[in-house]
Amino acid sequence: MRDRAIIWSGLAMFLLFATFPFWHNLSAAVTSKGPNPVLPANARQCVAPVEYMKTSHMTLLLDWREQVVRQGRREFTAFNGQRYNMSLTSTCLEQCHSSGKAQFCDRCHDYAAASVPCWDCHVDFKSTLRSAK
Amino acid sequence: MKTSLSALSLVLAIALAAAAASRFVWLLPLLAVALPYGTLAIFLAGLSWRVVCWSRSPVPFRIPTVCGQQKSLAWIKSARLESPHSTPGVVARMALEILLFRSLFRNTRSRLEDGPRLIQREAKWLWLGALAFHWSLLIILLRHLRFFVEPVPKVAVLLENLDGFFRIGAPVLLVTDVVVLAALLYLLQRRFRDPQVRFISLFTDYFALLLLLGIAATGVWMRYFARVDAVAVKQFVLSLTIFAPALPKNPGPLFFAHFALAGTLAAYLPFSKLMHMGGVFLSPTRNLANNNRRKRHINPWNYPVKVHTYEEWEAEFRDKLEAAGLPVERP
Ligand code: HEC
Ligand code: HEC
Repeated sequence: MRDRAIIWSGLAMFLLFATFPFWHNLSAAVTSKGPNPVLPANARQCVAPVEYMKTSHMTLLLDWREQVVRQGRREFTAFNGQRYNMSLTSTCLEQCHSSGKAQFCDRCHDYAAASVPCWDCHVDFKSTLRSAK
Repeated sequence: MKTSLSALSLVLAIALAAAAASRFVWLLPLLAVALPYGTLAIFLAGLSWRVVCWSRSPVPFRIPTVCGQQKSLAWIKSARLESPHSTPGVVARMALEILLFRSLFRNTRSRLEDGPRLIQREAKWLWLGALAFHWSLLIILLRHLRFFVEPVPKVAVLLENLDGFFRIGAPVLLVTDVVVLAALLYLLQRRFRDPQVRFISLFTDYFALLLLLGIAATGVWMRYFARVDAVAVKQFVLSLTIFAPALPKNPGPLFFAHFALAGTLAAYLPFSKLMHMGGVFLSPTRNLANNNRRKRHINPWNYPVKVHTYEEWEAEFRDKLEAAGLPVERP
């Protein structure tokens, strides 16, 4: 009987938390535009169709790694017959996404909160050079 | 068997109906807009309604179930957690109950052995399964904030990193995904295996478990095997949160199965046994201090009772009492 105030404030707190995405996004003027990664200027076609890359680029990359590190094969023949060197830094970044990972990979990954550990070891010259300056 | 099968078919029907409906463009507004808003409204309103109803029921007396010495004289040691007499004790006891399921930890199993002898054994598996399931579910729900909020809250990122600690594969294997499936399967098989538990299992028991299992399975399938475009999903979900729904560009049937099952869970929760989510906070056998004898608790709906005290009685019969030579209090 005397605990109504406590119960109702508990309920109010829960409701506030449960609707957090609504009032947060509305007050922060969030839009549903998406992360908008910078696309390469000099290339039109990725190593696989865009639809595939959008959902499965991580498995492709791990597949590359498997081929290079375990099988010692470095050449990748794409779906359209193009040949690529299977390399995260020198193919993905240097050859095409020369704007660097921050403008491309990170935009999406921050958006979807995907934590990508690859850059602990693989180098992104763009950001390395900038921080070296 | 029949109840579990009907629960299973209902869950499958919801998932398949949503997956099939996502193929028809004219059904999409129903599935992607009406369903989430509708189920969320039912969830919030239903939950509030239940809690408000509970908050209005009178609690005239303390009815904690305790298993420790009550606070009495200063030289008798009292159990502050088992039989709390003050608010901090109650808060600690509730916290242990809600976060660690302490009363379930004391679960026992009785068995009749030759003799005949009744034997009580500890039974911890249910506690472990329940704890594993509930904690995983909480972490998974918080992780889902990454789809609902932009920029992603720090907790969601932190939990994601902790969850993917083992860095197995890509998308990285999340430990709670494995744990939640294992725990749910354990809880389900427990209902089938144990004859007593099977006997008391109702449709709602199976439905709740299978619904959660369906949500977890579609989620796991979507993340690791079918690999839905997480960016497109987030754009769609964000558009819902700002009340400017933009239908997803590439709706996967699997995503909508997951979405519809989660919506079903939200709408079903307030009217089912799953409402223990709110009810656990209001269990009178746990959240009341054991101070019945130390404090006077007046029944809130007491009405004035007509009483006849001894003094009044003595005054009424004074002459007769004195005549009979009986002792009187007030000469
Ligand atoms: C612990 C450090 C480390 C981490 C973390 C790491 N790699 Fe590697 N990776 C290596 C090394 C060492 C090689 C071998 C380089 C070689 O032989 O040319 C390699 C090779 C590769 C290759 C083929 C060769 C090349 O030049 O790229 C690919 C592709 C690759 N890794 C992808 C990834 C991806 C994707 C991730 C993130 C999920 C990742 N790696 C994380 C150390 C690492
Ligand atoms: C169009 C958006 C987008 C771009 C651009 C992008 N990614 Fe991703 N990536 C994602 C999403 C979304 C996920 C997470 C999927 C999930 O969580 O289900 C992801 C996950 C990953 C993962 C697996 C992470 C994990 O362990 O869970 C790796 C590795 C990865 N991306 C590498 C890269 C690299 C390298 C680049 C840049 C060359 C890149 N991605 C560019 C969207 C993108």
